[in-house]
Amino acid sequence: MRIKRETLLSVALVTPSIIAIAIFVYGFIGWTARVSLSKWKGLLPDYTWVGLDNFKGLFQDPRFHIDIRNTLIFTVIFVIGSLIIGLGLAILLDQNIKGEGFFRSLYLFPMAISFIVTGVVWRWLMNPAMGSRMSGLNLLFDTLGLDFLINKWYTTPTWGIAFIAIPAIWQMSGYTMALYLGGLRGIPVELREAAQVDGANEVQIYRFIILPLLRPITLSAMIILGHISLKVFDLIVAVAGKQLPLDVPAIYMWQVTFDGYFFGRGAAIGILLLLSVAVLIIPYLIYTLRTEAEV
Amino acid sequence: MRARSRSNKWLIYIPLTLAAFFYLIPMYVMLVTGFKGFEEVSLKTMWDLPKGIRFDNFVAAYEALAPYLWNSFNMVLPAAIISSILGSLNGYVLAKWKFKGSEIIFPAILFGMFIPYQSILIPLVEFMREINLYGGLPGLVLAHIIYGIPITTLTFRNYYATIPKELIEASRIDGCGILSSYWHILLPISAPAFVVVIIWQFTSAWNDFLFAVVLTSPSNWPVTVALNNMAGSQIIAWNVQMAGSFMAALPTLLVYIFLGRYFLRGLMAGALKG
Repeated sequence: MRIKRETLLSVALVTPSIIAIAIFVYGFIGWTARVSLSKWKGLLPDYTWVGLDNFKGLFQDPRFHIDIRNTLIFTVIFVIGSLIIGLGLAILLDQNIKGEGFFRSLYLFPMAISFIVTGVVWRWLMNPAMGSRMSGLNLLFDTLGLDFLINKWYTTPTWGIAFIAIPAIWQMSGYTMALYLGGLRGIPVELREAAQVDGANEVQIYRFIILPLLRPITLSAMIILGHISLKVFDLIVAVAGKQLPLDVPAIYMWQVTFDGYFFGRGAAIGILLLLSVAVLIIPYLIYTLRTEAEV
Repeated sequence: MRARSRSNKWLIYIPLTLAAFFYLIPMYVMLVTGFKGFEEVSLKTMWDLPKGIRFDNFVAAYEALAPYLWNSFNMVLPAAIISSILGSLNGYVLAKWKFKGSEIIFPAILFGMFIPYQSILIPLVEFMREINLYGGLPGLVLAHIIYGIPITTLTFRNYYATIPKELIEASRIDGCGILSSYWHILLPISAPAFVVVIIWQFTSAWNDFLFAVVLTSPSNWPVTVALNNMAGSQIIAWNVQMAGSFMAALPTLLVYIFLGRYFLRGLMAGALKG
């Protein structure tokens, strides 16, 4: 009898959160899906069914093509950049050196700062002005004699979005380092020692033993970084405002919905973003929870 | 072989120091600009150290941002505390009082952590309008509490999972029910998890832009929205923007400097690695 009462009580304790998540996550997703299939354009809700018209309209929209292209470029550079820098720093810090804690904290602190602050500062660091109005990093390069590095940053035609990945890497590579460092610390010392006894040198140990063992970390990091980059929004707004060459789905969604009142199209973008994130996250959640259960 | 690798060890500090410069550049520019006097400020000399310590920029930035900084504090504190309490209760039940279906509910809650908020933004705004919380801080607080539940639940569940079952079982033999076990056994040893979660929620709510920009009206803007607005306008000089950026970053930066160890733990929970 007592067991039953306690089961009820335990369910009752989590019920408020479950209801909140049910409404604010799943209910709202359903609601957005419904809006994405409606004609709603204007201040007043209009749920007239239009099927997939909003999605079709979106895929025929040149602006959305720019968005997809920009997201792909940004994602590739941001994810690969963060992984390489993160792994490199983690390996360097893993060499039993003095001051490891200091460097680790230093690399990680950008994580504590908002993308807005990061964006506002990098907007001035990546100031594209040339000639006598030169400033920011270009000015620094000029002073240091590194003229070949001077460039137009995010105003570079066609590839401007690639430069937005720099502040994003600045912010997230320390985090990637922390993930890798956690993984490196989890590798048993005996494994390295055994390899050394077998005559393997440092490079071989990393190449054949450590890097393969870090694969799950790389996967987690790719998924976490990838889903951040699909949602990237505030960083771009803070660096460059809202301009077409640097447009991404999240900015389009915001503008078309809250400035343009085309709710149907905004909802369609939201649903597409959700689907692309779900493709990454659902297998990851299942995988992680299953391995956790096995342990 | 070993001797050689030891003597070459200092070489490691070259890339480490270069990386340190990369991470410090924005801080350097924010600070040297912030402490310059107005007459010293020029884009041409933005890398130069200030001639003395002046607070002109910080005073100007504070005048422009003060109300928004307070909005941020007023919003972040209740959001962090309430979602932590909810997370603690959920984590307790999901770790120690599993019921039929709880193994489905846990991932279902976790999924909420990863969704792009664009997929719930329109209903959220409509809903807040409906319940008259649109435009003000309470609506923003509510949003942060609810969308914070997944990460707080995850962290607490992982923390409570490390606590031996026997502890709860012993308390039950002593006649404790589910609530009194929580109150007498788990809550007193929950401080580390609370610190992690509150820091994490404080940081993410403070740094949020998306919810704030769609849910609040100008007088209720948190500092991120106000700062972005300030940077987008041509009226406020870049040097004041730098000082303002520093002030907007300072609270979370201080939290990180003093409680960084816990912050790191919160981060790892976000990676589903408890």
